[in-house]
Amino acid sequence: MAEIVLRDVEKFFGENYVIRKLNLTIQNKEFVVLLGPSGCGKTTTLRAIAGLEEIDRGDILIDGKAVQNLPAGDRDIAFVFQLFALYPHLTAYENIAFPLRATGESRSQIDGQVRAVAKAIQIEHLLSRRPSQLSGGDMQRIAIGRALVRRPKAMLMDEPIGALDAKLREEMRTELKRLHLENDSTTVYVTHDQVEAMSLADRIAIMNEGVLQQVGSPTEVYRHPANLFVAQFIGSPVMNVTKASVQTSGAVASVVVGEGDGSFGFPSELPQKMAAASHGQGDFMLGIRPEGVLVSRQQAPGYVPVEAHIIEPLGAYDIVDLKVGRQFIRARTASGYVGKPGETVYARLDESQTHFFHPATGESLNISFGGA
Amino acid sequence: MANVRLDKVTKQFGAHTAVRDLSLDIADGEFFVLLGPTGAGKTTILRLIAGLDKPTAGRIVLGGEDMSDWTVAQRDVALVFQYYSLYPRYTVRQNLEFPLKSKVHSYSRAEIDERIERASKILRISHLLERKTDRLSGGEMQRVAIGRAIVREPRVFLMDEPLSNLDAKLREALRAELKDLQMKLGGTFLFVTHDQIEAMSMGDKVGVLNDGQIAQVGTPQEIYNRPRDTFVATFVGSPAMNLVPGDLAGGKVTAIDGKLVVPVNGHAGSAQAGGVTLGFRSEDIRVGPDEATEAVVHDVENHGVEQIVTLRIGGHLVKATVPANVPVTVESKVRFGVDAAKVHCFDAKTGVNLTAG
Repeated sequence: MAEIVLRDVEKFFGENYVIRKLNLTIQNKEFVVLLGPSGCGKTTTLRAIAGLEEIDRGDILIDGKAVQNLPAGDRDIAFVFQLFALYPHLTAYENIAFPLRATGESRSQIDGQVRAVAKAIQIEHLLSRRPSQLSGGDMQRIAIGRALVRRPKAMLMDEPIGALDAKLREEMRTELKRLHLENDSTTVYVTHDQVEAMSLADRIAIMNEGVLQQVGSPTEVYRHPANLFVAQFIGSPVMNVTKASVQTSGAVASVVVGEGDGSFGFPSELPQKMAAASHGQGDFMLGIRPEGVLVSRQQAPGYVPVEAHIIEPLGAYDIVDLKVGRQFIRARTASGYVGKPGETVYARLDESQTHFFHPATGESLNISFGGA
Repeated sequence: MANVRLDKVTKQFGAHTAVRDLSLDIADGEFFVLLGPTGAGKTTILRLIAGLDKPTAGRIVLGGEDMSDWTVAQRDVALVFQYYSLYPRYTVRQNLEFPLKSKVHSYSRAEIDERIERASKILRISHLLERKTDRLSGGEMQRVAIGRAIVREPRVFLMDEPLSNLDAKLREALRAELKDLQMKLGGTFLFVTHDQIEAMSMGDKVGVLNDGQIAQVGTPQEIYNRPRDTFVATFVGSPAMNLVPGDLAGGKVTAIDGKLVVPVNGHAGSAQAGGVTLGFRSEDIRVGPDEATEAVVHDVENHGVEQIVTLRIGGHLVKATVPANVPVTVESKVRFGVDAAKVHCFDAKTGVNLTAG
């Protein structure tokens, strides 16, 4: 298996950067997801690792060896595409066996390998079928089988389950994760779906406009996003973000959101923490996920009255839009907790789940109140 | 605005029956969502109501009048598609004016300007009116497409997956905006989607469609908490409801090779003893040392606010929702139990929910 190192990798079309100064190490046996919106450079990065795309600067190392000048066939890497690139006239068995044809192995050796892979991905009963007789999920399983049979140093996957329906995608996520666990193959996986990234990855590398924004475990990028882009790209519903400023009156600190749209109490250390982050009394961007907005039907200390606007019942829980002046802040509540739109409820921002970002750069000010 | 009624509507395309003897009532001023997988017949129903296709049998009634023989223009309904279908070289204002300049309806200049102003204010696109539509973002284009429907003040709004092509963040924002818009306009909305989150979050009522027939109509809470059959139970909610084969006897269901026993006293209704399918949602599973059933952790998915843990019991997989701060390790042993008040018993053959109320 393999370690993959990207060192100062750059790629541009004319004046436009597709990838800019990318530095990333994918450790042996690690599952790394490249996540970002369309056009962020994630697929180009994956194709560059595979050798399907040339880079303009930097090095790509596999197990310490620079491969950027090697053709794709010599890099010993398997690639799985979003669309099931199977040979329609061959059976599932023949499709999986195909990459072994050129290896000069005996028929019985090949047979053993195909059957071992088929068993691992539980498609033994499908081996005699042709692609046209298979469901979308099964076709993608065969495509993954074909990639695995070569025992490549690394697996590269480009949105391999993006074309499947929601329920099948859920099942395939679990299968892919188990497959990785059992095969220990170094895997680089590209997606624009943050749920997929969070569910699958050991570490997520988030890209935007060709620039790597943050690399970290799912928990790290969810709880400690490095900037506003990551904060709002990870998590659903999206993190609430609003302009805010700190106000102090004696020992009491509060945060005023929007243009004086509402004011929430905060621990009195907030001004010191802001000063320590060398951000003084200036405006900042406040970020808080819906589960960090605490809602009560009764008045309680620290809670301020707000009006419930739209209620989205999602079954296991509700998402409630709270009207704070002219702003809306989304909260996650127990199912049916807020009765109907227009009701007055009470809300508080959980300081341990509040994020503070620089208003101009969007970078995190790294202020935190511990707890969760 | 008007109510819409489909009365035993069937639509065949050659030998294929896309919609089968389907009856449906959409109340005046209701946000009704038709939810179903690809090929369920959702778009066919929209096209039948719009008058773009004619039913093979049955009636379509709008505001109390049978409109089966009416033309598209006479029906006075507005369609918004997944693809924005705007005129690219024209400005936003010209695009909004277009439906008001048809031969059927003629409006005065003042009336046109007033309607455009009102619609663009509601949709927050006033600042874009003089811009050409090929210079707009996806979300702005879809707002303009919706604006083009609003200015007509139609009797019914028909929307065919209008949010599907937008990115996740924009989709979320527009979900709330559309719901807000419908409340402000008080309009009758029929919204088609394959996305159960969209259906749950926006619909006053949701009609779940399967293979050309209505599987269930109800409020989002009703279809989530009391699904009529296994199709609705697994199509609505994420992760999908767990279904395991079981045996009902003496007020208890025994499932997973005898390892999971759930009392269903009082709420298994008229269910006969025998084979059933036991259904329970991931959030109705408790994981803890004192629970009755042993399992191995097969997979852990981090969903930020919570974890979705796949439990393996022999050859069965079951998904459980566990708070984010509970440590869970793959291949470790855990114990779990199911909230007996929240389980469903489905007929093992037909899939119909046997659980009362």
